[in-house]
Amino acid sequence: MSNTPSELRYTKSHEWLRDEGDGTVTIGITEHAQELLGDLVFVDLPEVGASVEAGNDCAVVESVKAASDVYSPVSGEVVEVNEALDGAPETINEDAFGNGWMFKLKLSDAGELEGLLDAAAYEALVAEEEH
Amino acid sequence: MPFIPHTEDDIRDMLGAIGVDSIDDLFDEIPAELRCGELEVIPSGLPEMEVARLMQTRAREDGQPLCFIGAGAYDHHIPAAVWQLTTRGEFYTAYTPYQAEASQGTLQLLYEFQSMMTALTAMDVSNASLYDGASALAEAVLMAVRANRKSKSKRILVPRTLHPLYRRVVHSIVRNQGIEQVEVAYDPATGQLDRQALEAFAGEDFAALVIPQPNFFGVLEAVDDLTDWAQANGMLAIAVVNPLAMAILKPAGEWGSRGADICCGEGQPLGAPLSSGGPYFGFLCCREILVRQMPGRIIGKTVDLDGKPGYTLTLQAREQHIRRSKATSNICTNQGLMVTAATIHMAIMGGDGLQRMAAASHANTIKLTEALCSLAGVESVFDGPVFHERVLKLPIPARDALKMLAAHNVLGGLDLSDDYPELENAVLVCATELRSDEEIEQYRNKLERVIASQVQTPCQLKPDW
Repeated sequence: MSNTPSELRYTKSHEWLRDEGDGTVTIGITEHAQELLGDLVFVDLPEVGASVEAGNDCAVVESVKAASDVYSPVSGEVVEVNEALDGAPETINEDAFGNGWMFKLKLSDAGELEGLLDAAAYEALVAEEEH
Repeated sequence: MPFIPHTEDDIRDMLGAIGVDSIDDLFDEIPAELRCGELEVIPSGLPEMEVARLMQTRAREDGQPLCFIGAGAYDHHIPAAVWQLTTRGEFYTAYTPYQAEASQGTLQLLYEFQSMMTALTAMDVSNASLYDGASALAEAVLMAVRANRKSKSKRILVPRTLHPLYRRVVHSIVRNQGIEQVEVAYDPATGQLDRQALEAFAGEDFAALVIPQPNFFGVLEAVDDLTDWAQANGMLAIAVVNPLAMAILKPAGEWGSRGADICCGEGQPLGAPLSSGGPYFGFLCCREILVRQMPGRIIGKTVDLDGKPGYTLTLQAREQHIRRSKATSNICTNQGLMVTAATIHMAIMGGDGLQRMAAASHANTIKLTEALCSLAGVESVFDGPVFHERVLKLPIPARDALKMLAAHNVLGGLDLSDDYPELENAVLVCATELRSDEEIEQYRNKLERVIASQVQTPCQLKPDW
């Protein structure tokens, strides 16, 4: 079982979210997700200033074999994207929960955070998928 | 690869394995009202002898006219080796093969095609081809709307100097995605896109400007200026070019300060016969930064485990079989056979040969238009520089003149009255490298007689009463 930091929130579609405590959140894909995808070759990030809705696709991660949508866990406005991924998409493979973060949102409804999974619930979900 | 049809027993076994009684049952979920039923207008079969006779009769009706029509499809010399090699069994396929990597020769050929197209257009990347020039432009438009994230309008600026059929095909393909073509007028003096009409759109939100080179009138556009203008106004520059013209004109990748963003066009001048309108092929090239938005097949060169070179389909993650409804396009093959011919054609001609073909076509068109304009009442409509076509105004209705010329076995050009009613009695003419001085002279003489038969000249002798 890959590590699942307890301070993060998770989605069933394998995104993680960190509440920065100032009305913004940082979002990426989980260690488990990058393992499934394999070596990433390209990341298509949303535009700064774009508004995204919870559950809508807003980014794409592409490996040599597949391209997968990344769904935003919450609604808000994109305030920053990880431009370093442009030249180094493999950062997500190497450090999914750290330097491999994808984008930051300014929350439009902090209440949406309540609906997300905690680390234990996400681990249970992954364990179930593996059986 | 052998093609072995299923026997009745095979079919019965397979249906039995999945528990279905008949093949028709497999289509049960399609509602009856959506089915077309029996085909009623297809005649029953003919014996081979009858078919041969019918086709020979029809071929005779076509005759062997002298061709001075261009308008998107051009009568060029094709060296005999091109189709001799193209129709060899090893090459003879219409598409990218299934299990593509098992067909290394075909993939290498497509890789060479892509390399030649990028050399010809000075663009970074080429795909392995599309169906034809007009649908390649539609794909370029879709690509521009996806790629230009700053633009939200889904509008494209399209000059009226673009081929009218291209405008219609683009409309058919993109309208259901809510993409709108906004037309830009042309300058009636030069036949180029009207710079002032274009300026009126400065600062507005458009995803791209389409820049034809040469344009439908055969006239060369001010491509550097147009490319810079489009990019300065937040638009992508889409070049629609005749590939042969790229051999002697500035290639699209060098237009303006940044180069065109996308370059597409019709590949027919490179080794495909006129053949009553097809099959032809489209090409699509772009800047490297846009490659993930490019539709269609791209062949890459790589090394295998032993370090030996090999060819492979690359960037497939953009395509339908992986990306499903979010694919860049429903295109997931290419126009293999025509591209094989084009690649062999370009290899035989070389850069020098293509330049000579292009230069000779230009020279012949100048000769043709000078010869025709020596007739009273025939004149050039536009004064802009041309590649190998020009619009001429006749002293009699174009439709009548062309009909009478056709009766004398001369295809005298394209009547522009349907698409450009404001141009009176106008025909678009073309003389490729194939047209000899004698043939040009024949056209001039026949047109002279046709005009004389239609124009009543006042009698020079005064009656003596």
